[in-house]
Amino acid sequence: MPIQRREFIAAIGTGALATTAGCAQSGEGSGQTEAETEAESGGGGQPGVAGETLTLTTTTSTYDTGLLNEIHPDFEDMYGVSVDAVAQGTGAALESARNGDSDIVMVHARGLEDDFMRNGYGINRRDLMFNDFVIVGPEDDPAGIQGMGSATEALTTIAESESQFVSRGDNSGTHTKELNLWEAAGTEPGGNWYQETGTGMGEALNIANQQGAYTLSDRGTYISQRSEIDLVILVQGPIEDGPEILANPYGIMAVNPGVHDNANYDLAMAYIGWITSPGTQDAISNYQVNGEQLFFPEAVSEDPNFQQYVPEGWSSDAGE
Amino acid sequence: MTVVALPFREGYVSPPVSVIAVTLSTLFSLPIAVVMGFSDFPGKQFVKSVINTGMGFPSVVVGLLVLFTVSNQGPLGDLELIFTKEAMIMSQFVLATPPITAISLAAISGVDDKVRDAAHVLGGTRLDVALVVLKEARYGIATAVLAGFGRAISEVGSVLIVGGNITSARGISKTRTLTTAIQLEARQGQYETAMILGAVLVTLVLTVNAIVIRLGDQGVQR
Repeated sequence: MPIQRREFIAAIGTGALATTAGCAQSGEGSGQTEAETEAESGGGGQPGVAGETLTLTTTTSTYDTGLLNEIHPDFEDMYGVSVDAVAQGTGAALESARNGDSDIVMVHARGLEDDFMRNGYGINRRDLMFNDFVIVGPEDDPAGIQGMGSATEALTTIAESESQFVSRGDNSGTHTKELNLWEAAGTEPGGNWYQETGTGMGEALNIANQQGAYTLSDRGTYISQRSEIDLVILVQGPIEDGPEILANPYGIMAVNPGVHDNANYDLAMAYIGWITSPGTQDAISNYQVNGEQLFFPEAVSEDPNFQQYVPEGWSSDAGE
Repeated sequence: MTVVALPFREGYVSPPVSVIAVTLSTLFSLPIAVVMGFSDFPGKQFVKSVINTGMGFPSVVVGLLVLFTVSNQGPLGDLELIFTKEAMIMSQFVLATPPITAISLAAISGVDDKVRDAAHVLGGTRLDVALVVLKEARYGIATAVLAGFGRAISEVGSVLIVGGNITSARGISKTRTLTTAIQLEARQGQYETAMILGAVLVTLVLTVNAIVIRLGDQGVQR
């Protein structure tokens, strides 16, 4: 035991991810100490990363739909590691990464991702997958937006009729999209009909459901929750031939080890390689809830797409 | 804290985290309560009111403070405690300490002066007197520990912030407690599962209360 403790202290001293690695495996046998686990993972013919932990901060939609729990065992088995997925919402996920508290981020708000990259926190961004946003509301549709081809027109109609609208109000990717839509519609939301809930997508849908209100939702969370609620899709997104403005692309980025030297960069890049590989992209494509596909992979492509690696619209010619 | 091997079995996060937090908190609070109960010093009322204020301290604020402490940019950032059970224990420790201290202090102060005098007269040292008073105040102290435990195991705000509500992809809990699991289920509209988990939590708290009170009764019979 004293020897193990020395080893363990030495591991911390060298800045290894001793604590997180130990924790992640501490349950392999009850009563097993972190030190024993730590010593164990160093031996044998296992890969050098075995026993490490990758902290992924992400949005509630990838987590609550069950996608990550479906695909992560494959990655964990491949490398002998564990993935700690923290579902926070896009704004908070990026903030955690900015503070050096996560190794990799998977989010869906291109503008916020671009800021994150421009400020040096994120590198090696890849387009990962997409789905779309839909405007959902009560079946009787008091504002009469059903089937509108324009999301901004629908929002303007909701505002003019002062029908109840539930906003996430939490700086998430969906909230960011919603604010962009209001701006595009030229309408300033506010008043008694507009409620900011400050909650995740699932909760916002529940609140909208209970109040017979409209809300903007990503299709994935809506489908995975549809059996629990009475809301229906009134304005479709691009997947069902709705307006392109409701597209919902997800990106993935490693935290820059030049800014945060504690970031597990090796493993983050292994994760990006794995999740953008044809096999995992197929797994994403095959993931269904209630018989419907939730996410559409877009990492594997014959054609080059250089814009996915840099902030949108960035060009080396612009002298940036 | 990191060099201590914690006896966690994965899948059962709430009980071990809260028990460890409350144990540490009791070890920290009782000496303070004893010293304060046995002495008068200028500013004692002020310290008391600070402790009493701590009883109502919002758990999310505690969560934020612990987050700033253990975050990579914070003073304890190098220990990499963010999103771990250790961080959750820290925040529950902070939450449980004020009620345990305040209620223990009230119990100790409430012991009849005659008990103290008798112990002195019988030739007891200061330590003997303290032990006698602690024994007399044990019901109040048990209540204090239970109040601390109740606060620790039932709070959701701080463990969500510093723990991250993490399970492995195979469903083995790492930092997901009963309370954060309830929050997650409610967020997904799974109110039935949330209610079942709530019933488990209430049963757990009831059981702990029953055990502690039972222990107190046995103390009387001896």
